[in-house]
Amino acid sequence: MAVYDEELIESLTQKAKIIRQYVVKMIYNAGSGHPGGSLSSVDILTALYFHKFLDKECKKDNKEPIMNHDPKNPGWEDRDRFILSKGHSAPTLYGVLAEAGYFEKKVLLAFLKDKNDEMYERIKEEKAFGIDLLMYLRRLGFPLQGHPDMNKTPGIEASTGSEGQGLAIGCGQAMAAKLDRKLYHIFVMIGDGEMDCGQIWETAMSASHFKLDNLIAILDRNKLQLDGPTEQIMSLEPIPDKWQAFGWHVIEIDGHNFKEILTALDTAKEVKGKPTLIVAHTVKGKGVSFMEGAVGFHGKAPDEEQFKQAMKELEGDAGA
Amino acid sequence: MPVPKEKVESQRKAYALALVELGRERNDIVVLNADLASSTKTLEFSNEFPERHFNFGIAEQNMMSTAAGLAAAGKTVFVSTFAVFGTGRVYDQIRQSIAYPKLNVKIVVTHAGITVGGDGATHQITEDIALMMVLPNMKVIVPADAVETSKAIKAAADYGGPVYVRLGRAEVPSITSEKDQFEIGKATLLRNGKDVTLIGTGIMVSVCLDAAEVLKKKGIDARVINMSTIKPIDEDILEKAARETGAIVTAEEHNVEMGMGTAISMVIAEKKHVPMKRVGIPDVFGESGSSDELMKKYGLTVEDIVKAAHNVLKRKDKLSRLQRVSKKLIKHERKKGNKKDTKRSKSQKRKSSKKR
Repeated sequence: MAVYDEELIESLTQKAKIIRQYVVKMIYNAGSGHPGGSLSSVDILTALYFHKFLDKECKKDNKEPIMNHDPKNPGWEDRDRFILSKGHSAPTLYGVLAEAGYFEKKVLLAFLKDKNDEMYERIKEEKAFGIDLLMYLRRLGFPLQGHPDMNKTPGIEASTGSEGQGLAIGCGQAMAAKLDRKLYHIFVMIGDGEMDCGQIWETAMSASHFKLDNLIAILDRNKLQLDGPTEQIMSLEPIPDKWQAFGWHVIEIDGHNFKEILTALDTAKEVKGKPTLIVAHTVKGKGVSFMEGAVGFHGKAPDEEQFKQAMKELEGDAGA
Repeated sequence: MPVPKEKVESQRKAYALALVELGRERNDIVVLNADLASSTKTLEFSNEFPERHFNFGIAEQNMMSTAAGLAAAGKTVFVSTFAVFGTGRVYDQIRQSIAYPKLNVKIVVTHAGITVGGDGATHQITEDIALMMVLPNMKVIVPADAVETSKAIKAAADYGGPVYVRLGRAEVPSITSEKDQFEIGKATLLRNGKDVTLIGTGIMVSVCLDAAEVLKKKGIDARVINMSTIKPIDEDILEKAARETGAIVTAEEHNVEMGMGTAISMVIAEKKHVPMKRVGIPDVFGESGSSDELMKKYGLTVEDIVKAAHNVLKRKDKLSRLQRVSKKLIKHERKKGNKKDTKRSKSQKRKSSKKR
């Protein structure tokens, strides 16, 4: 079992804070989006996308990264894949992709200069705001769609947004890997609200039937969905028992604890003959006090005051 | 040219053979089905390539999205089930997972339409073409017979995006020949004629050919077109048919309110407006019965097409009579006008046209 030192955990923690700031800025700027479920998933996505770059042992090639990917070569055949089945958390995915270097900001600016002077000027003006492209989430003519689009944004492995389908898409990619005798893994993040979908259970059955040990599902168990607490809307528990009964290896972790996240992912990759579900217990809206555990911030952007307050909390933490 | 209709063949068997041939030629061909491998005939592929054939049980939604994942990882995926389960039941999965990202998935369905027979309305889908036609990025193909099925399957495999291929359950008369070219988006002329054009798709193409024979005996020279691709529709052949024959009848084993006939009527309305009549299943659900009985009850016989041909020919005649009369009138008016013009000044002429 790999060891994760404090330095790595600290650098991941700092990275996650940056991603959280992006998420809040993006959604505030767009005027709509899903802050709650985006913030609950930040730490897991940060661990997946940045372990390769922040773990010194990976840099020295002494250790295999949790997720092997190359932002400069998104189409690399042997890459590990990540699918965000809960597509409404797109801001988090865009945040990590941008921070990892999947987007070429300058290319976009050059592209705009020829095509859209007005937009070009506006992006220039707002440059101080962070990564330029991220500030154009959900805007006409820009690649960052409200939900991930694999043909518009580099690094997106599946177009998701209609709940319940991403796990099956991951199942297909895992089957293709087996057919091609490739060793890559497919990580799929699913939401707990999404678990209401019958299709999730169809895939739970088929992934186990086809013995897809290269498929690792991570449940962002933030316990809230649009209309309220999951257990009130449609009871899901006991989740681990159910998935074990379907033939999955199940690991339960604190989805905001990097050591637990990394260890679980590492363990999952070693499991043979069956897929793994990591039940990551998370807090919806994690990192912004008034969004934490608040149903109201499932699909609502913060107003100006809330935005300022949220940034104060996130930046304050980052500086500490 | 059409070959004589001496034999009937199964489109499903042709599909099975084409799949096996493709499987031998290409390693990227993967086949999925949902507990209907023996009915859709993908079983033949699974016998030869068990590692590339996956049965999902009765879980079509899962099968469709999984197909998308396989395609995203570089596979050419054939997904098969009955038409009713391969479209309506999984519309959202097709829309979101396959059509929107334009993934390389071929949805080849069997048992389409009313000729499913005994199973009744629950299994007789008559709106599948409509559902697939409205999806951006989707190609919709309805082969006329076994020979064309084989070519359509190969063309679908060569095209790098989503394709819907609709096949029937019953054996159908062979009307196309091995030599005929098949290209997605191109209709074929099976019989030339100048009085009226009969356009069929799927099993209705052979019924159109029979109808043309009946019309011939009555001295009517009917053109017959096999519209094997419904989306994108071959606008050129339609415009030419409208221009040269001046009357169009369409025939399909599908809800007549929204299918091939509808797609054709849009082209006819915008490109070359001529009298047209759509033959198809009325806007109702089907019922149990034999194929032949159902074809008769729901208006899909040779007689229905012949009747529709007479209807459009009547309107065409009326239209050309009207056109002749109005041409004469225009000529007459012009003559009168010319005489008056010589007497009138230009300003007076402007006034009179204003009054009108």
